Amino acid sequence: MTDILMPALSPTMEEGTLAKWHVKVGDSVASGDVIAEIETDKATMEVEAVDEGVIEELLVEAGAEGVKVNAPIARLSGGSASAKSAPTADEPKAAEAQASGDPEKTSPTEAKAEQPEGDGPAAVRPKEALADPEIPEGAKLVKTTVRDALRDAMAEEMRRDDTVFLMGEEVAQYQGAYKVSRGLLEEFGERRVIDTPITEHGFAGLGVGAAMAGLKPIVEFMTWNFAMQAIDHIINSAAKTHYMSGGQITTPMVFRGPNGAASRVAAQHSQDFAAWYAHVPGLKVIAPYDAADAKGLLKAAIRDPNPVVFLEHEMLYGQEFDVPEGEDHVLPIGLAKVRRAGADVTITAYSRMVGLALKAAEELAAEGIEAEVVDLRTIRPLDHDTVVESVQKTHRLVTVEEGWGPMGVGAEVITRVIEHAFDYLDAPPARVCQEDVPLPYAANLEAASLPSVEKIVKAAKAVCYRS
Amino acid sequence: MARAKQAAKTGASSAETVEGLGKDQLLGFYRDMLLIRRFEERAGQLYGMGLIGGFCHLYIGQEAIAVGVQSIQEKGDQVITAYRDHGHMLACGMEPNEVMAELTGRSGGSSKGKGGSMHMFSREAEFYGGHGIVGAPAPLGTGLALANRYRDNGKVAFTYFGDGAANQGQVYESFNMAALWKLPVVYVIENNQYAMGTSLERSSSETHMYKRGASFRIPGEEVDGMDVLAVRDAARRAAAHARSGEGPFILEMKTYRYRGHSMSDPAKYRTREEVDEVRKTRDPIEHLREKLEKDGVADEATLKAIDAEVKRIVADAAEFARTSPEPELSELYTEVYVEAAQ
Repeated sequence: MTDILMPALSPTMEEGTLAKWHVKVGDSVASGDVIAEIETDKATMEVEAVDEGVIEELLVEAGAEGVKVNAPIARLSGGSASAKSAPTADEPKAAEAQASGDPEKTSPTEAKAEQPEGDGPAAVRPKEALADPEIPEGAKLVKTTVRDALRDAMAEEMRRDDTVFLMGEEVAQYQGAYKVSRGLLEEFGERRVIDTPITEHGFAGLGVGAAMAGLKPIVEFMTWNFAMQAIDHIINSAAKTHYMSGGQITTPMVFRGPNGAASRVAAQHSQDFAAWYAHVPGLKVIAPYDAADAKGLLKAAIRDPNPVVFLEHEMLYGQEFDVPEGEDHVLPIGLAKVRRAGADVTITAYSRMVGLALKAAEELAAEGIEAEVVDLRTIRPLDHDTVVESVQKTHRLVTVEEGWGPMGVGAEVITRVIEHAFDYLDAPPARVCQEDVPLPYAANLEAASLPSVEKIVKAAKAVCYRS
Repeated sequence: MARAKQAAKTGASSAETVEGLGKDQLLGFYRDMLLIRRFEERAGQLYGMGLIGGFCHLYIGQEAIAVGVQSIQEKGDQVITAYRDHGHMLACGMEPNEVMAELTGRSGGSSKGKGGSMHMFSREAEFYGGHGIVGAPAPLGTGLALANRYRDNGKVAFTYFGDGAANQGQVYESFNMAALWKLPVVYVIENNQYAMGTSLERSSSETHMYKRGASFRIPGEEVDGMDVLAVRDAARRAAAHARSGEGPFILEMKTYRYRGHSMSDPAKYRTREEVDEVRKTRDPIEHLREKLEKDGVADEATLKAIDAEVKRIVADAAEFARTSPEPELSELYTEVYVEAAQ
């Protein structure tokens, strides 16, 4: 004998009306036969038999209201010997066991009530393990543009690992829309340097699929603005799959391209996406400033077994910096860098804003304020230890970002500082960011909207209570 | 020019195919389809008991497609689909216990309870999910095919999606690149006539899904998705095409789902008579069962023994899924990132 139970028709249903029986006592039923109709406040649904047998008894009359989920509604005699092995009759016990808190079958609600152990979202990363590699004494420094540093990073990693390849719009024959991939087609051929159609959603998805299969794609977006069409694959397909698969499937890949405002290209082509992607667990987000970091961090990103969002800046591509010679310049992801030491105020910045912060620091020094400039370099995981250590020394904080302020990178940096160094602050922190408007085209309005050296100086003075 | 063409009539192709198949293979198809049917019925029951939460999309009615296509899968070929995925996982050879325990969100589940019905994977079975976003499997599967081409390994990516997903733009972005680069991918469009509650006629300007590749020069074929042998036959041709370097192929599987879109769908957009008609006249399992008996491949006792075996497997899976403990709370923070050393 098997009990047929009142089924739940949705995750929230607790009881319902047994509207109609489609069978009567003595009827034979087989798996899949409709036996009854059940009404909830939302819908009427049909109930199908799972076991086969003969209806022995209907325990609830048609029209009965308020029938509790899992209450027996009918009895089925075993139509075959194997019906006995079906777990149906046992299952109410399981439900009871859950409700009574049987330790072997902990109920979901109880489990949720407990505080999970482990590190929360703002967990301090194990910093001891991270440090920039020492540049060997006598190592030659080579003046390199950010553009060429990025190209060198890709070329070196492609030489090192045949599973690394580059795909994107105009990356091959055109040599890169911003010439970042110059020469790669000639060296590596069209198998590994792949021109795609203008189809961001599609080729980002292809890249993730190839990564699932074990390759290490570098997916170039002509600019990050266009990646909005692909954001579903970056987040839903790349960032979440390792977790959702219980660790079985990885997506080792880099999404890269210029981010932020170039010059006079207006609202749809001028956006900083650091905060957008840094919001997402499963992604790493890097936004380097100089050529050495661009190279060392891109090499690290390509080698990283996780999906990495790599945010470059068009306005930096042509700038030259010293880069250590050789193919071993790989930097740790998740480590900020103090670019200038100072005792009076901490200024955090990333990408192109680091340059502005350094200039601001010079102007401030002329006025007797020594600013410490912290280049975040990695936005996720965010190295708040370095920022906190700096604030513990300076007691004042200004954050600089090219994106909008609300829910932004600065908002997060300030939160971390408040969480970890609240008592050290001598003034409310300040944010320098893009004005809270789409970026305008007119030269004067564009300048007024974006962060500037002047705005940073002003904010630093304000937190130092200087005018 | 597109080479879209109509499939041969179902009966004829089946008859021809049976010739080349052994008894064990035919019984295997019957068993595999029945396993999916009984598994899904049990999943529906466990859902009704509150043991399965969230969304749960059952494959009942569509069994012949996953079983037929995957019967010609070669080792190393990949499979990817969307969220009506339990059937594909079982057809790929994933353990019923692990799949059912994932449905109940237990540690014994294939994703340790962290994925659920729509997000299951198996590296071992070359099953790449299990995706909850409509249309997403198209470029992901095309990416698996890109990796096959990159490695020149002769493998094919079987990429499933539904008639609803076929209206997503990313499907056509994928078609374009797959055809442009002649990637080894077979797109299996499971046309079950309804995109959730919207019928094909109400959602699609071109209702013949096999023609959807025409502007990309991808050949397509319409197949009776309720006939496992017709499915197998068509899949073999499509896979041979893709494997030989000729590029993608589209198979439109005409099928029908007996249950609602998900468990909480009362399915008011179609009549009970419509569902009953398909069940009575086109059921893939009954169809094969009759054929096996008529052709003398199996007698009633043999089929009953299979029924009993399947019933036992499903009962065991339900028991495992019910008794496997919930994941440890420490699992909350694991596998967000790959920790492996470089």
